[in-house]
Amino acid sequence: MTVTVPPSTFTVERGRVRLFAQVIGERGTVHDDLDVARAAGHPDLLVPPTFFYSVEIEDPEGFAFLADLGVRPDETILHGEQRFTYLADVHAGDTLLVEPRVGSVQPKKGGAMLMVERLSEFRRDGELVARGTTTLVILRREESA
Amino acid sequence: MSDALPPFALPAVTRTTLALFAGASGDHNPIHIDLDHARAAGYDDVFAHGMLSMAWLGRALESWVGPTHVRDLGVRFVHLTHVGDVPTCHAVVREVDGDVAHLDLEIRLADGTVTVTGRAVVDTDALPHPSKENPHE
Repeated sequence: MTVTVPPSTFTVERGRVRLFAQVIGERGTVHDDLDVARAAGHPDLLVPPTFFYSVEIEDPEGFAFLADLGVRPDETILHGEQRFTYLADVHAGDTLLVEPRVGSVQPKKGGAMLMVERLSEFRRDGELVARGTTTLVILRREESA
Repeated sequence: MSDALPPFALPAVTRTTLALFAGASGDHNPIHIDLDHARAAGYDDVFAHGMLSMAWLGRALESWVGPTHVRDLGVRFVHLTHVGDVPTCHAVVREVDGDVAHLDLEIRLADGTVTVTGRAVVDTDALPHPSKENPHE
């Protein structure tokens, strides 16, 4: 069985970028201040490096594939690793197409854990602007009788 | 010799930050914001989102090399960050390979606990040059 993840689109809103930036402590930077961003040559607020994860998880169906892999709702899912590769600047106002797929799926520790990779490509008007790799660690639980 | 970049200090983690980050990031998992839920799940308290730590590392990286000079950022979440913890981001330049530099990253708490390890690739030209500040150069 091939497990697939549906693509989704997300329009980056300026207010969302500003809120995200300010919550992580940005003040008066290209991420939260439009004047600073424009003075630095940006058309709008520049998205912070890890904002792409928020773009990914906006789709409520984005992790439904875990059920297809046999992960049950009572099992604990941990975010083990995360990686981004940046190919172009992304700004407020951009619309991104997120194309995720399932990478490696590996049982660990004699089946007590399952490591699942989700690989995503972010495109703007067809141009690949970033890649993301999410590694989830599922703590398996004995199915109750 | 020091290939270490200046540590990037963060304020103590508060419940307010966790609540606001849940909304701003879109990660609404109650384990980070609802004490009752956290206790029912077997934890003493809520704890910070892993992606909040990674967001801080992104900030730290941009404090060192400026925005738009980070080409790749990868982390492993190795320890929980709790309310009241005071994280600091650290980086060491591991290797300079032409126009890109490879950094080793870590977030450590005040007691030395490592919560996040990671690696980044940045533009070499954007690295800070401490020698520029040396008047005898």
